[in-house]
Amino acid sequence: MSETLREIEELVDAGYEYGFSTELDTDIAPPGLSEDTVRLISAKKNEPEWLLEWRLKAYAAWTAMEEPDWAKLEITPVDYQAISYWAAPKSKPVLDSMDDVDPDIRDMFDKLGIPLHEQKMLSNVAVDAIVDSVSVTTTFKETLFEAGVIFCSFSEAVQDHPDLVREHLGSVVPVRDNFFAALNSAVFSDGSFCYIPKGVRCPMELSTYFRINSQNTGQFERTLIIAEDDSHVSYLEGCTAPQRDENQLHAAVVELIAKDRAEIKYSTVQNWYPGDENGVGGIYNFVTKRGRAHTDAKISWTQVETGSAITWKYPSVILQGDRSVGEFYSVALSAKRQQADTGTKMIHIGADTTSSIISKGISTGHGQNTYRGLVKVLRSAENARNYTQCDSLLLGPDCGAHTIPYIEAKNPTAQIEHEASTSTVGEDQLYYCRQRGMSEEDAMSMIVNGFCREVFNELPMEFAVEAQRLLSVSLEGSVG
Amino acid sequence: MLHIENLTASIGDKQILKGLDLDVGEGEVHAIMGPNGSGKSTLAHALAGRDGYEIGGVATLDGADLLSMEPEERAAAGMFLGFQYPVEIPGVNNMYFLRTALNSVRKARGDKEIGARDFLAVAKKAMALVEMKEDFLNRSVNAGFSGGEKKRNEVLQMAVLEPRLAVLDETDSGLDIDALRVIASGVNSLRSPERSVIMITHYQRLLDYIKPDFVHVLVDGRIVTSGDHTLALHLEHHGYADFVNHDLDTMSDRPLSGTAP
Repeated sequence: MSETLREIEELVDAGYEYGFSTELDTDIAPPGLSEDTVRLISAKKNEPEWLLEWRLKAYAAWTAMEEPDWAKLEITPVDYQAISYWAAPKSKPVLDSMDDVDPDIRDMFDKLGIPLHEQKMLSNVAVDAIVDSVSVTTTFKETLFEAGVIFCSFSEAVQDHPDLVREHLGSVVPVRDNFFAALNSAVFSDGSFCYIPKGVRCPMELSTYFRINSQNTGQFERTLIIAEDDSHVSYLEGCTAPQRDENQLHAAVVELIAKDRAEIKYSTVQNWYPGDENGVGGIYNFVTKRGRAHTDAKISWTQVETGSAITWKYPSVILQGDRSVGEFYSVALSAKRQQADTGTKMIHIGADTTSSIISKGISTGHGQNTYRGLVKVLRSAENARNYTQCDSLLLGPDCGAHTIPYIEAKNPTAQIEHEASTSTVGEDQLYYCRQRGMSEEDAMSMIVNGFCREVFNELPMEFAVEAQRLLSVSLEGSVG
Repeated sequence: MLHIENLTASIGDKQILKGLDLDVGEGEVHAIMGPNGSGKSTLAHALAGRDGYEIGGVATLDGADLLSMEPEERAAAGMFLGFQYPVEIPGVNNMYFLRTALNSVRKARGDKEIGARDFLAVAKKAMALVEMKEDFLNRSVNAGFSGGEKKRNEVLQMAVLEPRLAVLDETDSGLDIDALRVIASGVNSLRSPERSVIMITHYQRLLDYIKPDFVHVLVDGRIVTSGDHTLALHLEHHGYADFVNHDLDTMSDRPLSGTAP
């Protein structure tokens, strides 16, 4: 037994293959946060007065707030004055064609396996590439425009579609929602904006690719997706960061609005640098994600969280309209000294609303993995239904798995089910695979992938393959 | 092809195999029978390389030292174990499992990996042998399989992997007569001059369907007598009582003992 465990630990002791950094000429603000910083960011981005006011309101709220400490996380205190709140590649151009992208940036994304070159592009996926909080390019803009879909950086949306932004910004995650959301609202630098008009089925997957490159910077992006009545969109985000010794803060906010009968499918493959085996370095991933589902609408969150030193993240759905549907599918891997406190909130307001939650936690090394979820059924939610399934897989003696479900039902017609399990990868499973000729690494990765199958099935095809590969890399130490 | 000499296996202080000798030639089918706890399954796992045993002695396959190899190296060398209790792997597609196994073995032998399309043809042929329906390939490995399906899956894997030596550990246990017939016909069609089979079983009835060239009786960690298939018939009528609690040197006057190879 112990020998296999040791081997597993060796396997987990993997290199982080995205740990390189790229020499980019970067426009970076001095560290520190004050009202002036907020004004500087807003001015750099040439924002309208209302948005500056909105940011300042958020900043004022933030200064009066405390960091949340209810999560099962040990966090080295963050010095918010030591972080730089603005970093942007200097040669940020106005791009007419992808060939105008700074070759250094293009190389960086090539290295990451996200080609921005038109001819090498991922088939049928439009990509918005964001480096250090600034969108550097968006692919397939024209194809999308023909369908009436707006997909651009948040900054562009502020300039080109101010009414849409103003109407929806903060409508799902208000500025005072929580400490990190307030901070983000004050200093967010860029992000993605997406608008699907009435009745339109978005012709391709939309994707945002986040990359932190600079040192001592925080990344605060803001994503806003609006799906009008009867529309449909599938959206994916991916994230990586260089390997650095200090912790970097990533505090993003994502807001989804699915209007009547609309459907939004939001998938995340999060692979921020997790820190080393002693817990040095790594990203603090403190993210607020929430969607509002109107009548007969559906919002589905799928996340594969393999990176970050600390993950604090609860993608949620407000089931406001009658018969709206909320889904949450999650795989969270905590290896080395990683800590994840993640889950979801399903707030049932409308009648006949349904939500389902499938959470798969994998802990190994000294990783700590907590599922924390809230299912709340308000008095108005007649016949609300929820199904929750939380499975934990423990690999090794030094890791932990925790499940903390909260259930609040104020309507007696609610039906709420919760199932939970904890297991380990059996010696006999490994032996069986090895007897059939597979190496121990391949066997381990196959078994763990099998454990995650229900969640991976929810990912778009290309990303399911990517997620599977990522998980194998995190477990095996093989560099792809 | 397989040469075992003075093989010992123990777990902690408990010695299970106490110096076992066995030679299996190319294309031969050997049956190993014996009472519960005599060490039959331990022999199978000692050959396959399961962790947790203290092993001594010699076991070579085609001259290669099996005992120094990892389980996956033994598989690549042509050693296959049909499990008495096939293991469930939830969420892993049976077809994917089979193809990964085959390609792992091929890779280790320096052969080219086989693509998905070509593999399907291989799998279909193998499935016909054990009368498996196609949806079987899309189910998770052994998860929710009936006892009979699990055993058929073992024979299917054997057919796909084409081993030099197949050790079938109680492949007949828990099967009804129809399933037994299917499995036996699958194994029979896999018999070839290049492939040897060791069948571990409690019961004679499997041997009605797969006729062994040799039968060995394993008692208390040693092979106490060997013979042809008629030895199995004798056991069917008289049980193992004749062989239990007797010293080896009293064996010579036991029935059929003279025919050992």
